[in-house]
Parts: sequence; C-alpha cells; structure tokens
Amino acid sequence: MREDNANYVLKVEKLAIPGMPLLSFEVAAGECLAIEGPSGAGKTRILRALADLDPAGGYVFIEGAERAEVTASEWRRQVRYVSAEPAWWADTPRQHVVRHPELLRFERLAASLGIAREALDHPLAQLSTGERLRLGLARALADEPRVILLDEPTGALDPTATALVEELIRFQILAGRSVVLVSHDAGQVRRLAHKQLQLGAARVPAPARQVTGTHDPRLTGLAERWDKQP
Amino acid sequence: MTYHPLSILELAIAGLLLIANAGLSWGFRLGLEKTLLISAARMAAQLGAVGFILKFVFEQGSGALTALFAIVMIAVASWEALSRQRYRIGSGWQHWGLGTAALLFCGLTGTLYAVVLIINTDPWWSPRILLPILGMVLGNALTGVSLVLDTLTTATRRERNGIEAKLALGSTRFEAMHDALGNALRTAMIPIINSMAAAGVVSLPGMMTGQILAGADPIEAAKYQIMIFCVIAGTTALGILAAGIGGVWLLTDSRHRLRAERLIEVT
Repeated sequence: MREDNANYVLKVEKLAIPGMPLLSFEVAAGECLAIEGPSGAGKTRILRALADLDPAGGYVFIEGAERAEVTASEWRRQVRYVSAEPAWWADTPRQHVVRHPELLRFERLAASLGIAREALDHPLAQLSTGERLRLGLARALADEPRVILLDEPTGALDPTATALVEELIRFQILAGRSVVLVSHDAGQVRRLAHKQLQLGAARVPAPARQVTGTHDPRLTGLAERWDKQP
Repeated sequence: MTYHPLSILELAIAGLLLIANAGLSWGFRLGLEKTLLISAARMAAQLGAVGFILKFVFEQGSGALTALFAIVMIAVASWEALSRQRYRIGSGWQHWGLGTAALLFCGLTGTLYAVVLIINTDPWWSPRILLPILGMVLGNALTGVSLVLDTLTTATRRERNGIEAKLALGSTRFEAMHDALGNALRTAMIPIINSMAAAGVVSLPGMMTGQILAGADPIEAAKYQIMIFCVIAGTTALGILAAGIGGVWLLTDSRHRLRAERLIEVT
C-alpha cells in the first residue's frame, strides 16, 4: 500500500494498539505534534508503536513508505524513539556512538545541551540523571532521524537544562524534522507544539500557540470517539 | 595386567566406607546418615539397572533397541538441561523444543561423527560403541545447553532496557543481543574448556581410567580419550551455538523487536 501525499512526513492511519481506540494523525516536516492525556492513557505505547518497537496494527507511513516496506532497522533509523529513561550498555557516553560523523554530531549536540566535553568520557554512573537524560537525547539525534518521538524529554531537568533541550527541539523542528512530543509540562507543549492529540476526556486541552491540530476534524473526531469509551 | 572382575564381597567392602561415614554422621548428630545412605542406595540401584539393561541391549544387537535407548537418553538429558532454568522462553513447546532440538542435534552429530567416520564399527550402530559415546556427548552438551539458555535469559531480563535502546537506535536483533549472546556462549563453553585444559594433569578422565583399569594400553587409552575430547568439545560448541541462536530467535521477532513477554519466570 502506497501513499503519495508527500506533504506529510509521518502519516498514521488506524494505528491499532491493544486496548486503545484506532488512531489516525499526520505530522508534516517541521511540525510538532503533542500527545496529551492522563497517566496510563497510553502515550508511551503510541510512541513505541510508531517506532515499531511494539507490535501494532494499522498503517504508519514515512514519506509514503509503510513500516512493512522497509527493514526494521532502517525504519528505526528514520523514526527515532527517545525514551524518558535512556538506557546505556557501555561504560562512558562516548562509547555508545561508534561511527565518526555521528560522533562529531554527538559531541556538538551534547555541548549544545550544556554537557561538558570531559563528561563524555566519564563513567555513566558518575553522571546525574539529568545529564544522562540530555546525553540520551544527543545520542538519539546524532544520526539525524527524520521523525523524532520524544517521551518526557525534560522530565528530570532543572529550568536551565529544560530551556536548552527546548531550544534543541526547536532547532530540530526548524531543520525540517517531524516531532511527536509527550510531555506533562503544559507550558512546554504550548511553547513547542503546533497541534495536539488529546487522549482521554479528563483534561481540557491547553490552547496551543498554533492551534491547527484542534481544528483538524480528524483529531476532533478522534477525541469524541475516545469519550464514548466506557 | 589383566582385567579384574569385582565380586559381590569386594563391592560390600567398598560399601563399608559409606556405612562408616553414616555411623560417624550419627555419632556426631549431623543428621546426614539418612540422605547419604538413600543416595548411595539410589546410585547402586541405578547403575546396577543400567548395567543389566545395557547387557541386554548389547546381547540382542538390535538396531531398534539401540535407538530406543538413545531416545530415552536424549529425553532425560533435555529434562536435566531445562528443568532447573530460572526463565522459560515462550510456550512450553518452544522451550522444550529448543533444548531438545539442540541436544538431539549435537548428540546425533557427535555420535555419528565418531562412530561412522572415526571408529568405523560393524554394524555402524553397534550399541557397545554408540551408546557410551552418545552418553559422553550428551553429558557435556546438557551442561552447555543448560548454561547458555540460563545465561542468555537472565542477561536478557537484566539488560532489557539496553537491548531495547540499541534496537531503537537501529540495531538488528542480533546486533542488539550480541553482548548477551556472546557472554552466554562463553559461559557455556567454560566447563568443557576447563576439563580439556585440566585433562591428565589435574584429573584423569573417567573413560581413560576405565580403559586402563580394564587392561588397555595407556597410550591407546590416551588416544581414545583425545578423540573423545575433540568430538565432545566440537559438538558441544555446535549445540551451544544452536541453542543460543535459537534462544535469540525466540526472544525477538521478525521486525527485530525484543519480545520480553515471552520470557516467563519459572516459579
């Protein structure tokens, strides 16, 4: 199945996650979609399904190519899931990025997030939770994925670090990346997101800077369908 | 020197040692005498029974009986390899199928290699040669298969987040599981590598001892032992590799996702 509408980088049709209503939405190049909803509504599960880390039915396209049309590793190189708690397997941050151009970009990204250059060679256990969270973001962006799925990117950060991370996300959006953002911080959603996807009926959506999403009949329809859930 | 058959009286003299041990345990109130005597009785009964069954199988010289005995050996080996695992992979069928397939694979490969290509007996399935070799191959392979699966499943559970992080960054399932699989393979090969390194210096292997006691020339016994070590180590490695790769296969899916829900803790 091919989709020729190239205006949208990420196009999701009838994404079927067990226990959730079908989801359909689109994110254009240089656009940020915020997914909002109470804890347990399945925000992380949506991000993991988009990255094809968990099985889910329906269709997800990147520039017209469906998940099944490319290999799993190629898909996840383009659709990057950034966990709220990045996991590490080697001793130091630098050892997690092997190839040269990516390593240069990793160093630059880490610096832009306020991480000292020496910290890249410190044992991970000696770094703070906030440093590890920012390094996880730098590692995820080092190979320049097309679509970035951010799960609470500033959850454990102080206001200064939060501002640096938001600045980097804004740069990524300006560079034409598509961003899907999950955040508990309503102010952050207002600052970064162009449109919103509301899960559950518990909360009134916060007014976004550019409220294109809530005018999208597809999204409104989705929210109504969710309301009818028992 | 000739072979010296043991009489019942001589066996009883050997048994006296255990009776004396039991007496000491009773005297010092250690409470070990009951378990010790039961285990000793089990050992004597099991070995005696196996001796009679093997004698019967050897005398019949029947291919069907030999095959039946081999199947029972493989079934028992896979039970021993899998029953003490901390985690089960997938459904019971997948778990037992994986272990049994790995043991069947290396048991058959090793035994046929030794019997057909090296010893060249007539007929090739002669139970006197085939069954002891199968036993030695299985004995080592079951330790290996058991260790590789236990290490792999435990590492997957412990390093689940790291494996998923690698997958999220675009690794394939074998790239993401490379460290866990490599450690599991290394751990599983240690026992056979140790026993080869220590052979003759620290310990005299059981088969070689047996042949020497039975009156064989020590040089001939050593040659046999070298051949057996090569076959055992070679096929144990194959069985370990098959079980390890099969384990990764069952713990992940064709879209290179880690399926952690297939890892079930055995309570």
